[in-house]
Amino acid sequence: MRYLPLTKEDRAAMLAKISVPGIDALFRDVPKAAIVPVEAFDLPDVKGEMDVERAFTRLAACNTPASAGPFFCGAGAYKHHVPAAVDHLIQRSEFLTSYTPYQPEIAQGTLQVLFEFQSQVALLTGMEVANASLYDGSTATAEAVLMAQRVTKRPKAILSGGLHPHYAETIETVAGLHGQVLRAPATPGRAEDLAALIDAETACVVVQSPDVFGLLRDLKPVADAAHAKGALLVVVVTEIVSLGLIASPGEQGADIVAAEGQSLGNGLNFGGPYVGLFATREKFLRQLPGRLSGETKDAEGRRGYVLTLSTREQHIRRDKATSNICTNSGLCALAFTIHLSLLGEDGFTRLAALNHARASSLADRLAAVKGMTLLTSQFFNEFTLRLPKPAAAVVEALAVKGILGGVPASRLYPGAMQDLLIVAATETNTDEDIAAFAQALEEVL
Amino acid sequence: MSETRYTEQHEWVRVEGGEGTIGITRYATEQLGDVVFVELPDIGKTLARGAEGAVVESVKAASEVYAPVGGKVTAVNEALASDPAKVNAEPEGEGWFFKLKLSDPAELSALMDEAKYQDFVKGL
Repeated sequence: MRYLPLTKEDRAAMLAKISVPGIDALFRDVPKAAIVPVEAFDLPDVKGEMDVERAFTRLAACNTPASAGPFFCGAGAYKHHVPAAVDHLIQRSEFLTSYTPYQPEIAQGTLQVLFEFQSQVALLTGMEVANASLYDGSTATAEAVLMAQRVTKRPKAILSGGLHPHYAETIETVAGLHGQVLRAPATPGRAEDLAALIDAETACVVVQSPDVFGLLRDLKPVADAAHAKGALLVVVVTEIVSLGLIASPGEQGADIVAAEGQSLGNGLNFGGPYVGLFATREKFLRQLPGRLSGETKDAEGRRGYVLTLSTREQHIRRDKATSNICTNSGLCALAFTIHLSLLGEDGFTRLAALNHARASSLADRLAAVKGMTLLTSQFFNEFTLRLPKPAAAVVEALAVKGILGGVPASRLYPGAMQDLLIVAATETNTDEDIAAFAQALEEVL
Repeated sequence: MSETRYTEQHEWVRVEGGEGTIGITRYATEQLGDVVFVELPDIGKTLARGAEGAVVESVKAASEVYAPVGGKVTAVNEALASDPAKVNAEPEGEGWFFKLKLSDPAELSALMDEAKYQDFVKGL
């Protein structure tokens, strides 16, 4: 039996059909400089399984894991306690091995989870309808911009300077092809006035709250300014736990909410997989990207679930589909749903309050360190400090002491904001962590 | 005196006083099944002959509705937004989609009359 799908003869026949002399000719447009010969990789000889394991264990030990000591990094990814029950339940094979259903109705359990997930997201964001999740917060935001362009039939997206720069770059990559993307300059610690930038060509204004520097934004004025010009307000939330304490984006006038759901049920996962949350108003339902699970009744009147409104999607509408998203982050969405269900409304509110309390005591301690200025007057669980020294060097020095003390703003804005440090605290940070951080900071400054 | 003309994509157009009313045929609705949503063009938009004018979505498919003749959109059937089932109930009456001010009435001659369309459907 042959295991390779193509024989030499198959290849020759295909090449002859398209009149190409050989495989290499198919790649002739690749710039020479981009081609790296196999010999250029200095790979070691074949090793046995135990040797490989030893080598990788040694390499892994070079990392400082988030759980190794006091951890205060955020900037879009947050370390929360995930109850053991979450991991236990998501590993049930019925959930773990099922991909986004292509014969959906046979997987009633999966569809019910997605339905519950959507209901939770709609409740949290204060919106009327949510989809079954997207890849992550940044791609969800890019989809929100595309959707606003479809709804308004206008080309321009205005991005607040407080939007996470990685999100802004994702929007430029995905939505920039369809229209203009205008990025307002970052204003760490204060909210800019975007109203003057909104014109008759503006599809949407994209505002993150809490913003990338931790600042809580009052969204009502920008919502009113956008709506007065016929534009939509896209609200981005990178720390979903904040919605346990602050008014929902829906209450503040959002038309579309794009959020990162990693904080609930999901670990830091080295940056992914994450789970994108996407919610909007019912009047925009037809333009909503992604999958939707709906509740219905079967022929015998029993409750059941279906994938609904699929006609918007690629497998039916082809090139006219509302978006190229025909899938969702099923397992991460499941973890999110289980974690939030375990917390309940009361538990979620208490979790949010605890996060804010931890961050407040951290801010008090750090701001008392000589030479430090707290830039963020209103925050949830993350804030920005001005340091008397370059933040990147301070963070390195703290790491040597076993403390992961936040994200230097220059990591997100290369070459700029050298003295700014973005610091987060969650329920996982103890009083001892906070004291150790403050003391280490005094030592390294 | 109005006359209804048909396309091979199963649209119909009925012209009265230089204005054409456009919809889809009963055959088309039978193929689509229950219509659940209709997306209509903006009033004032100019459509070339054969351009996409509307989208009709049923429980099992979504299809484009093309302008059988060129013209400027003068009216759309707003009632379909809340009651898309009208398309199934009366495809060639209350279930119309949009109206066009014809830019070139001569384009009508390229379309089928009812007898020809019925023959065309029989041959499918």
